[in-house]
Amino acid sequence: MSAELLDTPSASAAPAGPPHPLAEFWTSFRANKGAVIGLALIVAVLLMAVFADVVAPHPPNLTNDAAFLKPPFWQEGGSLTYPLGTDAIGRDILSRLIYGARLSLSIGIAVVTVSILVGTMLGLIAGFVGGATGIVIMRVMDIILTLPSLLLAIVIVAILGPGLMNAMLAVAVVVLPHYVRIARAAVIGEKSKDYVTAARVGGAGPLRLMVGEVLPNCAAPLIVQASLGVSTAILDAAALGFLGLGAQPPAPEWGTMLADAREFVLRAWWVVTFPGLVILITVLAFNLVGDGLRDALDPKLKR
Amino acid sequence: MLRFLLTRASLVIPTFLGITLVAFFLIRLVPGDPIETMAGERGIDPARHAALRTEYGFDKPLLVQYGIYLERLAHGDLGRSISTKEPVISEFASLFPATVELGVCAILFALLVGLPAGILAALRRNSVFDHGVMGLSLTGYSMPIFWWGLLLILLFSVQLGWTPVSGRIDVQYFIEPVTGFLLIDTLLSDESGAFRSALSHLVLPAIVLGTVPLAVIARMTRSAMLEVLGEDYMRTARAKGLPAWRIVGLHALRNALIPVVTVIGLQVGVLFTGAILTETIFSWPGIGKWLIEAIGRRDYPVLQGGILLIGAVVMAVNLIVDLAYGLVNPRIRHAR
Repeated sequence: MSAELLDTPSASAAPAGPPHPLAEFWTSFRANKGAVIGLALIVAVLLMAVFADVVAPHPPNLTNDAAFLKPPFWQEGGSLTYPLGTDAIGRDILSRLIYGARLSLSIGIAVVTVSILVGTMLGLIAGFVGGATGIVIMRVMDIILTLPSLLLAIVIVAILGPGLMNAMLAVAVVVLPHYVRIARAAVIGEKSKDYVTAARVGGAGPLRLMVGEVLPNCAAPLIVQASLGVSTAILDAAALGFLGLGAQPPAPEWGTMLADAREFVLRAWWVVTFPGLVILITVLAFNLVGDGLRDALDPKLKR
Repeated sequence: MLRFLLTRASLVIPTFLGITLVAFFLIRLVPGDPIETMAGERGIDPARHAALRTEYGFDKPLLVQYGIYLERLAHGDLGRSISTKEPVISEFASLFPATVELGVCAILFALLVGLPAGILAALRRNSVFDHGVMGLSLTGYSMPIFWWGLLLILLFSVQLGWTPVSGRIDVQYFIEPVTGFLLIDTLLSDESGAFRSALSHLVLPAIVLGTVPLAVIARMTRSAMLEVLGEDYMRTARAKGLPAWRIVGLHALRNALIPVVTVIGLQVGVLFTGAILTETIFSWPGIGKWLIEAIGRRDYPVLQGGILLIGAVVMAVNLIVDLAYGLVNPRIRHAR
């Protein structure tokens, strides 16, 4: 669908010259069928989240006293009023899943935005300044990496108190070291290259060198990590929700829905099955795109 | 060689001190007075409050408090659980074998399935089998395991009635803990059926916990094999007319396993994360469930001790893996 949209730069480029980098990127990304499927799924979830008010048949928290634990429509006793059935207090599961897409996507995007900004900055500083500052930054990252991610997130939530915002903050802290390491490694690899020296001789200050010269050249691994990071963030936040430490009921967050559904596992398979399925599909989609991005952006793997 | 050992081992010290800082500040960062936090909602009378403040040293400067904390730590004193009044370290010691048993079985499952799958996928590159393995492993890698556990319970325990839903063993068996690993203890005991019971309780949790490592191992084995299969010495081996099993088994696998072993070592942290969720779902009486219950009861000494001990275990395993890797691979040993 967006193929035509992104193909246009190649058409406008001079026929003899090399293809526009974006077009070249799209060509190799498109060759990866899994990545394209992943992208399509992400677009679908995104549309679902944006147009939740229009798409969802019911409000997410509307209860119906007459319809507790109704099965999905294809089962005996189910109806199309509640296509995927209802939960223990008569809320429409499909509607809650659709509204939940808003929460999960915002979690993923917010966490990655925060951690990539802070992480890249710390990584740039650690790589450029080095010395004691660099060592302290990297040691702190080592500590975060040593502790099991969910345990550290749980501890942070235990300090701050449960809730969606605190869970997001906890997940952002936990994933931080990946970005710091990537940015630092890239800086160390790049900073002795001629173009950086040239810029320095030309009078560029450290900030200009960091952000203007080196950062654009280490963007590729960061972009790949960001895409994979969205899936980690969604998964970790859902796990915290499942443990009762993330988004609190009645928020239609997918992990929190599963926590509510646990006690009905013996009676109503649908309240357990669907929330997990959408988590799996969404996380899988971001991982597929992340893999595709890595293949398309990593020149070493090309051809 | 000694130099390599010492350099690598010395790197552990600052990280460990950092973890003690995390554990130390944990209770002090919780908003409010730490004694009242520990006492919980019951409240506490002023005299006892003052006594506890002195006992825990909250009236001293922060640096002195940290010194006291480290000194206690050196004596193996991690404080007492608020809810059970038991020493944290002995609670940890009694629950730890359950988590280790689960974790070891999970890794064994991941290896038994993941290694052959990865090897075959590499040998039949771009076949249907290869695509299937890669697709499944990406799915496993993306799996919310708390949901995966519930699904398996739904299928195997509820629908088919093959496996029990929770716990480590049926209540009618009383097994004297010798090793703490029920699979071994039940074999040592003369109670018939106890081993079977322990095993049937273990199967589902081990599969759930092993799913993510399985996906990682299969992917890693495949890519390591593909890399090795393209090497010159493989062509030489083929040119010598060696049988296929020797080429794959001896020449390729041995070299391909090096990165795989490292990856397995790195899965320890992932396993603890997974154990927290798996033990919660299956009511498995291990460290993960203990910690989650401690959160619910606001039992901060348990959290403090738990994070410190788990951090120490992860660091120890990573260190052993690194050292073993250095012993096997001279290129790592001499790199500096």
